[in-house]
Amino acid sequence: MNLQVLAQVNSFLAALVLLTAFAMLSQRKINSLVTLFAWQGLFLSINTAVVGFVASKHHLYISSLLTLSIKVILLPYILHVLVVRLKIRKEVETIVNIPTTMLIGIALVIFSYHLTAPVREMSTLITRSTLAVALATVMIGLLMMITRKHAVTQIIGFLAMENGLFFAATSATYGMPLVVELGVALDVLIAAFIFGIFFFHISTTFDSLSVEQMESLREDN
Amino acid sequence: MILLGLIITPFVAALILAFIGDRRFAPAINIFCSFLTLMAAVALAIEVYNHGPIIAGGKFFFVDAFSVYLSVLTAFVSMTTAVFSRGYMQREREHGRVGHVRMRFYHAMFQMFMFAMLLCLLTNNIGVLWISMELATLSTVLLVSLYRTPNAIEAAWKYFILCGVGIAQALFGTVLLYFAAEKVIGEGGEALLWTNLIGVSGSLEPTVLSLAFVFLVVGYGTKVGLVPLHNWLPDAHSEGPTPISAVLSGLLLNIALYALVRCKVLVDGSTHTHYAGNIMMGFGIVSIVVASFSILRQKDIKRMFSYSSIEHMGIATFAFGLGGSIATFGALLHMLMHSLTKSSIFFTVGHACQMHRTQEIARIKGLFKGDPFVGWSLILGAMAIAGMPPFGVFTSEFLILTATIKDVPLLAPFILIGLGVAFAGLLRKVQYMVSGDVASYFEPIKTARAPVVFHMALVLVLAFYIPDFLNKWFQAAVELLK
Repeated sequence: MNLQVLAQVNSFLAALVLLTAFAMLSQRKINSLVTLFAWQGLFLSINTAVVGFVASKHHLYISSLLTLSIKVILLPYILHVLVVRLKIRKEVETIVNIPTTMLIGIALVIFSYHLTAPVREMSTLITRSTLAVALATVMIGLLMMITRKHAVTQIIGFLAMENGLFFAATSATYGMPLVVELGVALDVLIAAFIFGIFFFHISTTFDSLSVEQMESLREDN
Repeated sequence: MILLGLIITPFVAALILAFIGDRRFAPAINIFCSFLTLMAAVALAIEVYNHGPIIAGGKFFFVDAFSVYLSVLTAFVSMTTAVFSRGYMQREREHGRVGHVRMRFYHAMFQMFMFAMLLCLLTNNIGVLWISMELATLSTVLLVSLYRTPNAIEAAWKYFILCGVGIAQALFGTVLLYFAAEKVIGEGGEALLWTNLIGVSGSLEPTVLSLAFVFLVVGYGTKVGLVPLHNWLPDAHSEGPTPISAVLSGLLLNIALYALVRCKVLVDGSTHTHYAGNIMMGFGIVSIVVASFSILRQKDIKRMFSYSSIEHMGIATFAFGLGGSIATFGALLHMLMHSLTKSSIFFTVGHACQMHRTQEIARIKGLFKGDPFVGWSLILGAMAIAGMPPFGVFTSEFLILTATIKDVPLLAPFILIGLGVAFAGLLRKVQYMVSGDVASYFEPIKTARAPVVFHMALVLVLAFYIPDFLNKWFQAAVELLK
């Protein structure tokens, strides 16, 4: 009985993660994007703790705390500081308009369900149905990176992909071994450090953070 | 013990170099530490040669013939690159392209990159393999943008984003692999150890592994530079400092291919079909053909040679995909030959570019008269990489082609066309650069000859004579992979 309630909590959180992913896809203001990203991280962190409780896997509590501290507090804070320091207010136009992007997003969700069907059939975990949501989050992050031409948005898309991957690891297998999760967290931190440096370089060299200006390295030049 | 020394040396070296910064003796320390790493790698290789594969550090490390040969190669090329970079970076400073802070950063990150690559090769855990692969990307991103020109920043951003996305796919593949393994081995770190996985690969669920391999091939394939995932590669290789181009081209691509091949072995064991091999062959053929035609259109010398790297990685990927003893042996040999030849070419190209202060092919000319050593080593290097006998690349390409004609004769014409076009493209452009009169803006520089001579001599000798120990390593690796 208890387990069933928790399974539903898990599905509910998965739905919220997917919802924030779509909200990010439709959001044009960078500040709100950062906030949405923090919310997604929070849902992820709670979900990890719930799964840890259900499966009585204590190392998941550590992962949950790591997610909370890195993806909910540290990264949004860094991004926020950068946005203020670099005076980014509005984002440039998207390549594909937003309703179309949302429709592509829906197609990606269906595709993810289709792709993970064999895996879900084999799994006995209560979290198995959320694997498709995880893959969809990865795909939507990717979509965001492709359709936006702003360095900060691309990075947020990248981090949303990372969220999806982490979600996949918790839902498919109750989390990767701790050494791997720690390593991945370390890589994300280093990446955050690097893109912070990059934002400054790009904005001083190109006068803005739109990556549309970076088009000199082409084959036909 | 030796193993620990091998992995610790570059890491400690990175810390030392970050600490001492841009002193006069920093390049010497860089060379010395790379030399120590090489000694440790050789010692480890002797150990593996005498006693077979080693598992150490609570099963965390695993060294077999395949990884030890790549470790020695990595340590060797990184040492010669360190020797080359001493003079090269000194001149870049004189030309005012880098300053104090960036030199400190350059040396520290160079060693960090070595650490990441060696960790990739020596770890037994496929999760850690992924992590160190990502670390290798991250440590070189800011090296690619070292000159801070708009082009360099654009190249580094592309490298960061595209490889980041690619490698994220590989992590999803790794999660799926863990999902399948956990059913058989049980939860925890044990289920990601390659030595455990290979033992039970027959009972891993084939559908899950097939799905995982798609993600892995996209992920690691991005880092190998397989077409159509190669967009970052020519930019990153052409805009970064030349020593970094040499190690990216000669080493990082090999390591990514290593990761892919390790995963392929597991998938093969599970599916018992040629599924993974077919995917790799497809990517390989497309890479060979597209890259060789792209060589024809290049105006930048470093870009041209990075397309040649894509072509050669395509050949190796194709050969691993083809499987069988001859093709696998050829692929292993090809990785070695390409790595030695290509890094030597980049050393030469670096000298030529500094003499003319440009990377434009049209503005580099008269090298035979200007500096005969650089001229000859450029033309010989280009001949070697284009696959002319008597150089080693010819031997490995010949082996691979023989196996192709025997197993899949219909694909042989594609490889031949690719090789022919690349040959014509490379030699035509290089011939133009070495012949003719010396340019008015040419200024002679003191060149580092030892690394080039060393590499080319090895490539030449290995074409005629493969020593016993190398043969034994390759045979052992072939047994493992075919």
